[in-house]
Amino acid sequence: MSTRFQAALDTVTRVRGVRGAMLVAGEDGLVVAEALMEGIRGNAVAALAASLAKRLRRASETAACGLPQFVHLQASHGSLLAAPAPSGMLLVVVAEADINVGLARLEMLHAGEAVA
Amino acid sequence: MTEDIRALSAELARDPGSLVFVALGEALRVRGQLEAAAKVAVAGLEHHPNLADGHHLYARIMADAGDVERAADEWSIALALDPRHAGAHKGLGFASFQRGDLDSALEHLELALAADPTDQSVVQALRLVRQAAEQAAAPGAADPTVPAVAERPPPFAGLEGADHGLLLVDPQGRVLAGGLHTPGGQDVAEEVAAYLAGVSQEAERSARLLELGEWRWIMAEGEQGHLHLSAPQAGALLLLARDRSVPSGRMAILAARAAEVARRWLEAQGL
Repeated sequence: MSTRFQAALDTVTRVRGVRGAMLVAGEDGLVVAEALMEGIRGNAVAALAASLAKRLRRASETAACGLPQFVHLQASHGSLLAAPAPSGMLLVVVAEADINVGLARLEMLHAGEAVA
Repeated sequence: MTEDIRALSAELARDPGSLVFVALGEALRVRGQLEAAAKVAVAGLEHHPNLADGHHLYARIMADAGDVERAADEWSIALALDPRHAGAHKGLGFASFQRGDLDSALEHLELALAADPTDQSVVQALRLVRQAAEQAAAPGAADPTVPAVAERPPPFAGLEGADHGLLLVDPQGRVLAGGLHTPGGQDVAEEVAAYLAGVSQEAERSARLLELGEWRWIMAEGEQGHLHLSAPQAGALLLLARDRSVPSGRMAILAARAAEVARRWLEAQGL
């Protein structure tokens, strides 16, 4: 894995409550790079997250809200966060319920810039 | 153990990364050895996580074991990896039919047939689903999934953005209530509703896969505006759209209020 990608993911996974982070090819949902806790099925999550992000992008652009810069799926025991990264990639983060979403968001945006 | 299974097992033992796991898993599945088939599929997917055929194999094993939900998850993954995968469309067609979602069943089976026009089982399944759809659409037949929206009063009256920034959608991407307009005044309700079809299921599958529990809401922060999605009750999706000036915390409050109104309205309609 590219050290640039790994370093960017490491920045995000250092945020307390982050269970893992992945760089995913936005169009086909394939994993480009990952730093995940054991037990997380990275490829499956990547495929579903990319598909979900694609639907949301179409809805958002049609509603004149523009390209989504940050997507937050909140569930009862945790969150799935996603932000666009350069070259059509998507940065996907799996987080605990009590994560500081603001901080994670900031680090995700920085990580996106770092892999540009 | 039959010869083919023995030969395939030997080949897989020689090369654990071999794609032969798909044939071996399928052979075991056909013989009803579901536990062994599942082990082969899971091990194979560890080597080939992006192989649509591998997820399709695992889906069929799960379906045979009676876990249709899990099977549908795997077929969804296969389709995300290969949107033209005939087997995955066929599987999701059967799964949709089983849960009474005829529109989705028709859509998937038609795509399966487009990908493989020679598959007679799909032709027969399509005939069956079309018959069921015609019966459901016959005069006097009640279709609980298609409410007569136009005859009902707008549920969000009194709420901020009731007719242009609040939209209630069914799982097939049809508008149930509310409205959505762009800042320029263009009505985009139907189009956005269509894009949102399946969002609820994908959110549910993602959350289940990650053991995150039940999904509650999704917020998409766009360049010009924000979208907030929630499920006021199973089988309905509520969209709240606002421009960027509305902070995400306020979006959450507005969405919670609208969800409560939507829930009461859906209950009153018997939906």
